[in-house]
Amino acid sequence: MDIFIQQIINGLVLGSIYALVALGYTMVYGILGLINFAHGEVVMLGALTAYSTITGLLGLGVPLPLAALAGLAVAALLCMAVGYTVERIAYRPLRGAPRLAPLITAIGVSIVLQNGAMMVWGRNYHAFPNLVPERQYDVFGATITLLQVLTVLLAALTMAGLMLLVLRTKLGRAMRATAENPAIAQLMGVDVNRIVSLTFVLGSALAALAGLMVSANYSIAHYYMGFILGLKAFTAAVLGGIGNLAGAMVGGILLGLIESLGAGYIGDLTGGFFGSNYQDVFAFFVLIAVLVFRPSGLVGEKVAERA
Amino acid sequence: MLEVTGLAVAYGGIRAVKGITFHVNAGELVALIGANGAGKTSTLKALARQLPAAGSLRYEGRELAELAPHELIRAGIALVPEGRGVFARLTVEENLDMGAYSLSGRAGRQALARGLERAYALMPRLKERRAQLAGTLSGGEQQMLAIARALMGEPRLLLLDEPSMGLAPLMVQKVFEVIREVRAAGVTVLLVEQNARLALQAADRGYVLESGEVTLADDAPRLLADPRVRAAYLGE
Repeated sequence: MDIFIQQIINGLVLGSIYALVALGYTMVYGILGLINFAHGEVVMLGALTAYSTITGLLGLGVPLPLAALAGLAVAALLCMAVGYTVERIAYRPLRGAPRLAPLITAIGVSIVLQNGAMMVWGRNYHAFPNLVPERQYDVFGATITLLQVLTVLLAALTMAGLMLLVLRTKLGRAMRATAENPAIAQLMGVDVNRIVSLTFVLGSALAALAGLMVSANYSIAHYYMGFILGLKAFTAAVLGGIGNLAGAMVGGILLGLIESLGAGYIGDLTGGFFGSNYQDVFAFFVLIAVLVFRPSGLVGEKVAERA
Repeated sequence: MLEVTGLAVAYGGIRAVKGITFHVNAGELVALIGANGAGKTSTLKALARQLPAAGSLRYEGRELAELAPHELIRAGIALVPEGRGVFARLTVEENLDMGAYSLSGRAGRQALARGLERAYALMPRLKERRAQLAGTLSGGEQQMLAIARALMGEPRLLLLDEPSMGLAPLMVQKVFEVIREVRAAGVTVLLVEQNARLALQAADRGYVLESGEVTLADDAPRLLADPRVRAAYLGE
């Protein structure tokens, strides 16, 4: 029983991070119909920027909470700038091109960002500093750390804030209108290019936060971490119904739970034949299953393929 | 108010509009009538800067080409597109709010409140359904919503593309009542319609489009009486 609860807790933490990243995929898809495969690399840039900022500031004797906040701020700013620039120079010229062109471009951008990061931060794994005191709480026999509590709380608050923005503000209404029909939104006076830029900037800020959270929870950051994380968050977005914000959150949490529980029990179920290192298999098994049985996702409505 | 000279629109190798010239005076209701494929919708889309076009489109003395598409509404031009184009996944009231997107600040909020009141007074059905998703409305209600939404931005020139299309006869009557009221409120209207009789009955002047060219232009009552129009468009 305590293993079950432990895996639920781990799954929630992982799932909140997936959800933050999945939101970036789903927002861009909702507005442009583009799968921005470079989004995972933005998460990686966020993690590594936070790493450099925090270790640098700690080296200067800045107190930890301040350094952590500064790390988050610098990472968010850098990621927002990267997201904005990528859209401007890589995707915007291809607006209206056949769908394959921007998709391949996204893969190209991903390679550029990954190799750029390798040149700056090297091929090594970087040990990410502990951001919060190592405090532990006992929940029904399972352990939850202060860091885990903060991760889930901060992710939940951020997502609530995003939902408020999208559902309750004039800007959010314009985003939803643009997602549904950019030509008509333009007639109402919406500058569609501005909305697209804003979508990339918002998604990138969430990615930066997610990057910091991943690295803080797993104590590691490296140039290659964005690839698999991006794929999994994409899976979460598809699981929830790509283009749907609530779907991205549900999909993220669900995928985190599936992975943790799967990794926790696969050893027992297969008599030790498969170990928990098969964790990644679950995500992609889910992706295939969703694509085969419910391509519109769990929350997604059945919308015709966008032109 | 609007002066179109030598407007030509071509896309995909088809010359949809072949250099037409027409004008709309302030306060008028002008109808562009013609059969399917005569170039009516292309003309409106060119005006709304949704299609590339050649020729001169002068609006209140300036070329429309100088404006980005999203700046048209601030210049006072609103288009109700063919097929209505309501945001199906937004509520009725959110659609109306979107119509007032271009208005900001305190004046904008006042205009929004004024606009909502006017829209709901003109079409009480929309008030009853304000919290409903626009996609759940009937075709006629969606058309009403599309017109009400276009009026939210307080345009001086309203472009209407086939407002009667696909509607039941009773609904068509209602839509035209609304169009008359809009015009009576001082908004200039350019109306594109296949239903020539209704359009000309409502209009001051009309133009007949055939294969991308203007073949007749006259006061609406005279067009209604013209034997060529009666034969070709009024089924007599």
